[in-house]
Amino acid sequence: MLELFQYSFAIRGLVAGLIIGFIAPLIGIFLVLRRYSLIADTLAHVSLAGIAIGFLLKINPILTAIASTVLSSVVIERMRTSKKVYGESALAIFLSGSLALAVVLISLAHGFNTGLLNYLFGSIVTVKQTDLLIIGSLGALVVVVLALFYKELVYITFDEESAQVSGIPTRLINTLLIVLAALTVSLSIPIVGVLLISALMVIPVVTALQFRRSFIKTIFIAELVSLFSVVTGIFASFYLNLSTGGTIVLISLLVFAVSLGLRKR
Amino acid sequence: MPVDHTKNIIEVSGVSFAYNEDLVLENVDLNIHKGDYVGVIGPNGGGKTTLIKIMLGLLSPSRGTVRMFGVDIHDFKNWSRIGYVPQKVINFDVNFPATVFEVVAMGRYGKLGIFKSLTREDKRIINESLRQVEMFEYRNRIIGDLSGGQQQRVFIARALAGQPEVIFLDEPMAGVDVLAQDQFYQLLKKLNRELELTLVFISHDIEAVVNEVTEIAFVNRSLSYDNNPKNFGRGDLEKLYGDNKFIHHHKHA
Repeated sequence: MLELFQYSFAIRGLVAGLIIGFIAPLIGIFLVLRRYSLIADTLAHVSLAGIAIGFLLKINPILTAIASTVLSSVVIERMRTSKKVYGESALAIFLSGSLALAVVLISLAHGFNTGLLNYLFGSIVTVKQTDLLIIGSLGALVVVVLALFYKELVYITFDEESAQVSGIPTRLINTLLIVLAALTVSLSIPIVGVLLISALMVIPVVTALQFRRSFIKTIFIAELVSLFSVVTGIFASFYLNLSTGGTIVLISLLVFAVSLGLRKR
Repeated sequence: MPVDHTKNIIEVSGVSFAYNEDLVLENVDLNIHKGDYVGVIGPNGGGKTTLIKIMLGLLSPSRGTVRMFGVDIHDFKNWSRIGYVPQKVINFDVNFPATVFEVVAMGRYGKLGIFKSLTREDKRIINESLRQVEMFEYRNRIIGDLSGGQQQRVFIARALAGQPEVIFLDEPMAGVDVLAQDQFYQLLKKLNRELELTLVFISHDIEAVVNEVTEIAFVNRSLSYDNNPKNFGRGDLEKLYGDNKFIHHHKHA
C-alpha cells in the first residue's frame, strides 16, 4: 500500500487534482485557440482578490473566488465586445487592478495566516472536505455544459463570423465559455495555486497541438498530458516535500519540451 | 439556364450606412432572385463588404431595410437557408487542430441546433458535400496542411453541408493560385447551374468576375446593376472607378 493513501488529506488532494486536471485542458483548448491564453492568468489574479475577501469576511475563500472571477469574466467580455477598450487592455486592467485590491486587503488584515501562501502556490493540504464537494459539483457542471455546447464552441473557435451567420448565438456562447473559464480557475486554486493556474490550462493543450491531430484527438492528448502531470506531480511533491503546484507545472513543461523535440521533423 | 426572375430571395431597399460621419453606402437598392449568380464588385473601400455584412445581418444599416426570403433581416431566423464562405484563406490558423471532415461538419451545426450531435444522415450529407467539391479523399487530413485552393473548396463544402438555397462568398479567391482559381470558377458554375444554387460572389477582381456571373452589382458607395455582365465593358469601369489605377488586370481562360 502506498504511503500517500494513509493520509485522508492526500487522497482528497489527489481526487481534487484529478478533477482539475481533467477540466483544465477542456476549457484551455478553446482559450488557447482563440488567443485567450492570458485570460486564465487574469482571472487567477482576480481570484486572489476574491480569496482575500474570503479571508477578511471569514467565508470559504473558494466561494468568494468563484463569485469574483465569474463577475469579472462577464465584465471583461463586455468590455472586449463593446470595443471601447482593446481586449488585452481589458485583461491588463483586471490583472493589475485585482492584484492591487488583493494587496490592499491583505495589508488591511495585517498579513493573514500562512494559509494564504498555500493559495498562492497550491498545496494538497489546503483541500478540505467542503472544497472537494464544491470542486466535484462545479467540475461536473463545467463538463456537462461543455458537452452540451461542444459543437457550437468548436465552430465559434474556428470561425466566429461563419458561426454567427449560421444562426449560432455567438454572444451567449462566448459569455458561457468565459464563465466556465472563471469557474475552472477558481476551482483549481487549492491544487496549483493562483500563480500557476494558467499553466495547467495552457501547457497540456499547447503540447497536444504539436501532434497536429483532429480536434477530438487533440483534446484526448491534452487530457493525457494534464492527468499525467497532475498525478506524478502530486506523488513527487508528497515524497520529495516539494510545492505541489510548482512540481505539476514543471512536469507538464517537461512533457511539452519532449513534444516539441518529437515534432522536429 | 434561364434565371427565374419572379422569386426574390433578398431585397435590399434604400440602404445607407455610415461609419461615424463617413457615408459608406448611400441609398442602395438591390434585388437578388432565385438562381441568380451575382457578382458584387467594386474597388476596395467601396462598401462591398459592408453591404454583404448588412445583408447577412452582421451589421445594421443606418437607413433602409433588408428582407431575406420575405422576412425582415432582424426577424430572420432560418439561417440554415444561407451559406457563407468567408475570406478565410489569408487569415487562416494553419495550426488549428481540425480535420477536413470536422470543418465541413460545422456546416451542419446551425441546422442541428444546440444540444444535438451528428446523426448518420448528417454524416452522409457531409460526405456528399465533400464529394461535390472533390475533396472526399482528403477528409481525414488536417485543414492547415492543404493548399489555399483546397482549403477554399473545403469551405464551399462546409457551406453546402448546410443545404442552403443561397451562398455568399466574400473574396473567395484571396490566397488561391491562378490554376486553382479556374477550377474554383468551374465549381461555382456547376453549383449554380446543376444545383440551382443562388450565388452572391464578392470580388474586387472585376474582369475575372464579369466572365463568370449572370448579373453584376457594382458597389462604390452607390450601386449600379446590370443583368448582362458582358455589356459591362472597360468604358463603364473607367467611368465608375474614375481612375484607371483601381482596375486589376487579370488573364482568365
